[in-house]
Amino acid sequence: MGMTMTQKILAAHAGLDEVRAGQLIEADLDLVLGNDITAPVAIKEMEKFSKETIFNKDKIALVMDHFAPNKDIKSAENCKCCRDFAAKHEISNYFDVGEMGIEHALLPEKGLVVAGDAVIGADSHTCTYGALGAFSTGVGSTDMAAGMVTGKAWFKVPSAIKFHLLGKPSKWVSGKDVILHIIGMIGVDGALYKSMEFTGEGIKNLTMDDRFTICNMAIEAGGKNGIFPVDDLAIQYMKDHSKREFNIFDADDDAEYEKTYTIDLGKLEPTISFPHLPENTRTIGTFDEIKVDQAVIGSCTNGRLDDMRIAAAVLKGKKVAKNVRCIVIPATQEIYLQSMREGLLEIFIEAGAIVSTPTCGPCLGGHMGILAKGERCISTTNRNFVGRMGHVESEVYLASPAVAAASAVTGHISAPAELGL
Amino acid sequence: MNANGSVFKYGDNVDTDVIIPARYLNITDGNELAKHCMEDIDKDFISNVKQGDIIVANKNFGCGSSREHAPLVIKCAGVSCVIAETFARIFYRNAINIGLPIIECSEAAKAIEAGDKVSVNFDTGIITNKSTGESYQGEAFPPFMQEIISAGGLFPYINKKK
Repeated sequence: MGMTMTQKILAAHAGLDEVRAGQLIEADLDLVLGNDITAPVAIKEMEKFSKETIFNKDKIALVMDHFAPNKDIKSAENCKCCRDFAAKHEISNYFDVGEMGIEHALLPEKGLVVAGDAVIGADSHTCTYGALGAFSTGVGSTDMAAGMVTGKAWFKVPSAIKFHLLGKPSKWVSGKDVILHIIGMIGVDGALYKSMEFTGEGIKNLTMDDRFTICNMAIEAGGKNGIFPVDDLAIQYMKDHSKREFNIFDADDDAEYEKTYTIDLGKLEPTISFPHLPENTRTIGTFDEIKVDQAVIGSCTNGRLDDMRIAAAVLKGKKVAKNVRCIVIPATQEIYLQSMREGLLEIFIEAGAIVSTPTCGPCLGGHMGILAKGERCISTTNRNFVGRMGHVESEVYLASPAVAAASAVTGHISAPAELGL
Repeated sequence: MNANGSVFKYGDNVDTDVIIPARYLNITDGNELAKHCMEDIDKDFISNVKQGDIIVANKNFGCGSSREHAPLVIKCAGVSCVIAETFARIFYRNAINIGLPIIECSEAAKAIEAGDKVSVNFDTGIITNKSTGESYQGEAFPPFMQEIISAGGLFPYINKKK
């Protein structure tokens, strides 16, 4: 019996020729990630068990992105805990304000993840790096702590679902619409414990940023990881960003998939997840007018350069509607800088949007855009659970940067077509 | 090992944002955090829960964020076991790693109601509803995970192995 991409990567990291779905293995890790919320818990766990050493100072990444720049004293203490730990252990990939970005945009950009890697991160959206043909998955702080000490993690080898992508997305349809469509189709537990493997000729019509967005939200379907095959575009991305050698693992022809879905990208429309679950998807034109109070364009899901370019293309020469707060958050310093060089920031500011320093901030109701009771936000983030962005009676609608930007202009949930674009 | 207690019942897809809202995640002390456990889905939970009580929910319990604070606050609130039809995978790992007993059982999750008195035998996986007299066979942990739990969590397990 053949193996999937994920199974091959796991087998290679467990020193085995073959693994099967359901098998419990211990795998060597190429990178262990934590942030300012999850790492302090891991660091305290290490202290509790008197663990003084880490497995490799170059294979741990600590990114201060959630409540940074620090929103209050407790958040500042958490970042200080990480900073002191990084200094003590001489951790080379410690990213603080000035260098930091949103972790899942930052790590690929810094070349810290490449094809064939096995990565754990104490953040559920660690599954993002599957876009590069890596196995990466979210874990909790104790797994992170154990990973930092031993360089290993235990896994149950996942079975897989195949998503066969065909065709080319139409204008204003992007990776976000693809993954929201999939979550709407299979549900928030549709891929529970499983790999989501993407294949098909349609992949060539997806940019790297589209692929990062798609893998990023695999967890929103319950998936263990999402993964793309490595093509020329992915190879070019890795060559541009990393000096590390990469390993390409292709799925065997006889790899077993529990299910295969075929999706024609050309037929997808701008897709929105209604409160309070990512699976509550509707397409533009199938609902009545929904007014919004806020639009957020950013996050580990949609804060990359493509996303900034799309939002700017919609907002150019237009004005954000009165009574709408439009918050744009480039995910990393590099994306911020490039957005500035391309004149995108000027477009945002002239339109009446604000541009924030990189932070996870509003996505998880941390800071930089919390909602009041009864308020509604159109957001390019990844979750719309009860109370996610603020008050328990506020609402989050998930959408692409194109839809969020268009909605900021009209004041209600809209596609760019409504603006004549 | 056994659990015994009264049941708090919830539905599908109880997410980590309602188990412990992110606005409290700058708190790292489990007992302090536990004061906000389930606050956004059931504001009376924390004043009503007693040591040993049991949470029963339907599918995909603990979906969303990887925050280990979620199983931790449930444990610190005094809950002795969570029974669900299915668990989200990161929550499942985290519960094992921090030593919060959890058990998957579709029949029990469907039949047990709020306020029922329930006991769980973790060795056999048998769940008994003492209020109705019915019992259900839950999914017992594979031996590897039982070892982690009986060691008291992932770190004690790693220490023991060395």
